[in-house]
Amino acid sequence: MPFRIVVQKTLRAILTVLLLVTAVFIVLRLSGDPASALLGAETEQDVLEALRQKLGVNRSIPEQYIAFLGEIAQGHFGRSYLDRRDALETVMERVPRTLLLMGVTMVVALAIGIPAGIAAALSQGRWLDRGIMMLAVAGFCLPGFVIAILLILLLSVTWGLLPTTGYGTAKHLVLPVITMATHETAVFARYTRSAMLQVLSQPYMRTALAKGLPWPRAVRRHALPNTAIPLVTIGGFFVGSMIAGAVITESIFAWPGVGRLFVTSVALRDLPVVQVIIMLAGISMVVTNLTVDLLYGWLDPRIGALLAKRMKGTDR
Amino acid sequence: MIDATEPAAPPRHAWRLPLGLTPGAVLSLVWVVVMLIIAIGAPLLALYDYDQIDLRGRLQPPVWLPGGDWRHPLGSDDLGRDVYSRLLFSIRTSVFVAIVGTVIGALIGTTLGFLAAHFGRMVDEAVVLAIDFQAALPFMILALAVVAFFGNSIYLFVAVIGIYGWERYARITRGMTLAALGQGYAVALKVLGAGPVRLYLRHILPNIAGALTVCLTLTFPHVILLETSLSFLGLGVQPPQTSLGNMVGFGRDYLLTAWWIAICPAATIFLTTLAISIFGDWLADRLDPTLRN
Repeated sequence: MPFRIVVQKTLRAILTVLLLVTAVFIVLRLSGDPASALLGAETEQDVLEALRQKLGVNRSIPEQYIAFLGEIAQGHFGRSYLDRRDALETVMERVPRTLLLMGVTMVVALAIGIPAGIAAALSQGRWLDRGIMMLAVAGFCLPGFVIAILLILLLSVTWGLLPTTGYGTAKHLVLPVITMATHETAVFARYTRSAMLQVLSQPYMRTALAKGLPWPRAVRRHALPNTAIPLVTIGGFFVGSMIAGAVITESIFAWPGVGRLFVTSVALRDLPVVQVIIMLAGISMVVTNLTVDLLYGWLDPRIGALLAKRMKGTDR
Repeated sequence: MIDATEPAAPPRHAWRLPLGLTPGAVLSLVWVVVMLIIAIGAPLLALYDYDQIDLRGRLQPPVWLPGGDWRHPLGSDDLGRDVYSRLLFSIRTSVFVAIVGTVIGALIGTTLGFLAAHFGRMVDEAVVLAIDFQAALPFMILALAVVAFFGNSIYLFVAVIGIYGWERYARITRGMTLAALGQGYAVALKVLGAGPVRLYLRHILPNIAGALTVCLTLTFPHVILLETSLSFLGLGVQPPQTSLGNMVGFGRDYLLTAWWIAICPAATIFLTTLAISIFGDWLADRLDPTLRN
């Protein structure tokens, strides 16, 4: 990929982050007075005014915006309205727990979804393919919270084997991971299948077979590596979908990660913490998308541009 | 001479569904139609009002379990409200929110797509940037924050849901319109003096309607999932109004004692998204084979 495009894509990513920061500021600051939200609207005026001054929300919106950008540039994200702790710190100490959940989910989703997709593609139209695709559609359509309540109902209530809330041991991971991984596995299976089918119909596969390569070898040497390349493109979508999944899953299973913090902070209107989490999620997605773009062009300079364009236009 | 027409393939079954319908697509369509009928006719089909409290008939099991009876076919909840009637009204709310939300998204997206293709240059750049921005947003958590911070009105909620997914329609409309503008019919219309509104709405829109419809059916399940997830977390449709998501959310506290409160709406959500997905896949195959995979 030419250097110019790398620079252009990076600049775009930075612009997207800036837009996101601005959007977060506008949306959240316009939503109302944090002081009266914290203390209740019937609090006396001078008390409210004092709190406004303390929170820095008594100035005009443009003034606040510039101050806001300045603070962020210096790495200051404000203090939680609740316990006056540094918002960034509050969020960051929970990040490892959410990453643990997402990491295990990713391993499970890849380990099941990709082989399932390959198996489906190789048996296209037969019962195995149909069975896998039926499961994939079902998994895709099951909302996380429905899986979660089914799991709670079936596993913990009936057999009492696994803890339904909390964090700590490997056992605590099982239910949240199943909840999150079902959707991701289904997505991977569907996507792997379609990528593989596309590869199998390529002329180079026919060439490989025509020159006498046995079918299993042709699949292993030619089809599988080429299937891996388009799979990279769903990285950004995957991260976004896991962030959404973590919010739901963590709040149901009382997993003390960023997702649960987000739901509680939103409910309590803890603006600084909410801001940090949205920015963190947005930056993760932008960085992933940028990495995917660059990686894709690097992995396959020949069809990189062409395929990326086609997939962007059609797939989700 | 070689006969160019191939003999018709013998039918695999004695009977065939018209339009290449599969049994799955038919079942899905039936389910979707039933949901629509319920959405429209909920007040007529319900046995009680959705918030009618009956404290003497609390937590009654569905009719097929011991202790259940026909007064509450699907049981009753913690306040003795009829689960069947609440389910119907929840379907009504969720279907309404999802349809209006989807239509808003499709309208915004299609309009912006046309504008980008028509004006090009700066407008196009701006729209493409907005598309990339929207695609890079953690939309669900932003929606959660907006709904929570601005207070829960059903109109705001529908508007937020409506913003979801517009970039898909915009991308398709822009790309296909740019392609169409280079084709003979569009050039001919321009030469004949057709105005832009006539050109886009009367001539190009019908040509790209297939792809947009496919996009719509593929987006619809996501819209339902978004609406139900937000409502489940208690940040979407607010009581006393009821929706499928918030019914599951409240029923969650009674999973151990009265599972039917949560499971009935949960199953409805699953079957509805499943039906629309299966129907959408079939539609994608029918309308635009190139769009699939």
